[in-house]
Amino acid sequence: MYTNNKNNENSWLNRLTTITDMFAFPLKTSHYVELVNPLWTTHKMQAQVVEVWDETKDSRTITLKAGANWRKHRAGQHVRVGISVDGRQYTRTYTISSPPERDDGCFTITVKVIDGGRISRHIVRNLKVGDYIPVGLPQGDFYLPDASPIQPLFITAGSGITPAMSMLRSLIAQQRLPDSVHIHFAPNEFDVIFARELRQMSIQQKYYHLHEVHTRDFGEDKQTKAYFNLDQLQRFCPDWKERDCYACGPASLLSSLEKVWGEAGLSNKLHIERFLAEFAEVPSDAVGGKVRFAKSGIEVEADSETNLLRIAEDAGMNPPHGCRMGICHTCNTKLKSGCVRDLRTGELLNEVGAIVQTCVCATAGDCELDL
Amino acid sequence: MPTAKPLPVNLSNDQIDEFGREMDAIYEETLASRGEKDRLYILRLIRTQRSMALGGRILIYLGLLFLPAFSHALASWGSALIVMTLGVVLLGIAKILENMEIAHNVLHAQWDWMKDPEIQSNTWEWDNMSPSDRWMHSHNVVHHTWTNVVGKDLDVGYGIMRVTPMQEWEPKFLMQPIWFVLLMLLFEEGVALHEQVIIDVVEGKKDSKELRPIMKHIGRKVWGQVRKDYIMWPLAAALMALPAAMFVSVSPISIFLLVAVANGVANIIRNVWAFIIIFCGHFPEGVYSFTPDQVEGESKGQWYLRQLLGSANIQGGPLFHVLSGNLSHQIEHHLFPDLCSNRYPELSPRIQALAARYGLPYNTASIWRQFGTTWRNNLRLALPGGKMPPKVATV
Repeated sequence: MYTNNKNNENSWLNRLTTITDMFAFPLKTSHYVELVNPLWTTHKMQAQVVEVWDETKDSRTITLKAGANWRKHRAGQHVRVGISVDGRQYTRTYTISSPPERDDGCFTITVKVIDGGRISRHIVRNLKVGDYIPVGLPQGDFYLPDASPIQPLFITAGSGITPAMSMLRSLIAQQRLPDSVHIHFAPNEFDVIFARELRQMSIQQKYYHLHEVHTRDFGEDKQTKAYFNLDQLQRFCPDWKERDCYACGPASLLSSLEKVWGEAGLSNKLHIERFLAEFAEVPSDAVGGKVRFAKSGIEVEADSETNLLRIAEDAGMNPPHGCRMGICHTCNTKLKSGCVRDLRTGELLNEVGAIVQTCVCATAGDCELDL
Repeated sequence: MPTAKPLPVNLSNDQIDEFGREMDAIYEETLASRGEKDRLYILRLIRTQRSMALGGRILIYLGLLFLPAFSHALASWGSALIVMTLGVVLLGIAKILENMEIAHNVLHAQWDWMKDPEIQSNTWEWDNMSPSDRWMHSHNVVHHTWTNVVGKDLDVGYGIMRVTPMQEWEPKFLMQPIWFVLLMLLFEEGVALHEQVIIDVVEGKKDSKELRPIMKHIGRKVWGQVRKDYIMWPLAAALMALPAAMFVSVSPISIFLLVAVANGVANIIRNVWAFIIIFCGHFPEGVYSFTPDQVEGESKGQWYLRQLLGSANIQGGPLFHVLSGNLSHQIEHHLFPDLCSNRYPELSPRIQALAARYGLPYNTASIWRQFGTTWRNNLRLALPGGKMPPKVATV
């Protein structure tokens, strides 16, 4: 899952490690290098926690020093991290909140505790300076274009601020911040992640216009004020139709944005980053069936809603997987026969050889996977 | 469905079922309690093992600097051999730890639950001539399914020895004390060739063509091991000795041979130790073997019973258990082969108490008794006859 193959196959270092690996057989040299410094390994990628910083009462910024083979991210991209809770390793995906211009080999992720979330709670409460955690490479296509100058409108809510923050910090570091409007939703004034920096930016940066919307009054534990609506958008950003909108936040916010931009015929100007796969409704005539894992020779019954990764794991397998929400494609496998349903779109896949993301697909009738 | 031929116990089928349920409960309870502590155990163990392997190799190299040729105050054959022996022992112990407490257990899928991509049964390759996937077949599938079933479990005598009077005597078994010693010294090579198909080809039951892909696969693994221990490490030492040879009278060839022999001894240390521990698991006095018709239609409770009667433990301290890969808890391992080995010690008294309540034997003794009776049986069974274990197993 976290392995990295070097791009330049014929570099002298590669040739050297081919020889030194013979001394370490059946391990690799890198397994012994890890004893000296886990950040120097090449058989897997790890990062060390070098700083933790509480942003709000339930969110924390973790500064990570990346190991060998790390590559610079683009502002807005995300990264997979592996977290061990009670001895079991889980993988989650978080946006990198630092700008790529940072040149100390470090990056930050900013994590908010999800209600009832074990992994996010563990990261925010238990991860400490000095810990090593497995990380993947930066991924994702939610970033600003390099070439065409745009005037962005950022709409963010809660921890959805992180990709926008990376972009803003990056643009400011490059001294090319265009005229930008930012609408950010948070329950209370003190729940705003990066509040100090955002407010300072709106004072210091001539072209940055911040509108904070606090959806609760102090002491209330339920939302009282409306989230996003068209009037509000007109008020904060009258020229929204001319702007490229970059949005990240809860599914409900994103779907109302999609509706507004869709009705205005401007869907192509709306760029959205989702961190939870939204599942299409499973039709009432959907059927489960037999799932066969060709390589493992295992066959099990599955229903039409449980994802195939889960089915495989319950059958005692441990197939490759990453984010478990359809983002990272670590779990991709091939369909050998039969039919599966993509739970996000409801789309049916039945072509032999089609790529199946096992974490977000369920069987539709019998199917056979190359696992 | 009751077995065709009952197991040698004084228990009714209902009692056997209840015994099985109690075993299941112990298993489930321990599975559920796995956590961070267990993860830290295996991570630390792997780190320690790798450091020891590296340390052993470095000590062997350091020993070379004390050869008499270097003519400094400390140089002598005595001091060179002392340092090299320390290195050899350290490397030997590292290899023992890797094969037994780490690889054997990882390959049993004991650590798959952590979902750590580095410590998985399907990707782990061990420091042994046998390729992991072949071993997992002959050991996990064949041996652990058919434990001590004569004619099914290849580990009953490994095709070359008579370890129970239930095996019919043949003149070839007269040789088995010699096989015993040879297998002890060359255990890893023996494990690599531990394949039913080889026996089938030798006995003319299968065409030798069927052997070729497997032998090629094993050959690649053997080559990797040989290249590491007998070419790369000795060669690197010899190359380092080359410039020195211009000033002092060291022969790079002797350096090469010294390091190769040192690595060979480390491998033999591991072989002998692994052999002793593993042979004490199923072949001492008081262990039962079974016929194929005894396992036909076996219930879970009967399966547990067979594992209990067919295995033997060795007594010892915590360090001894770790060095034996917790196969000193062979009974617990056979009852729960996919449960983390570091939990076997805490299970042992519970299993022993359970066995006592049902009036069943729990075969545990010192390594001297277990290995001694293994040797005695080996010598006795080389000749025709031999004493069958009692018809009913009691404490």
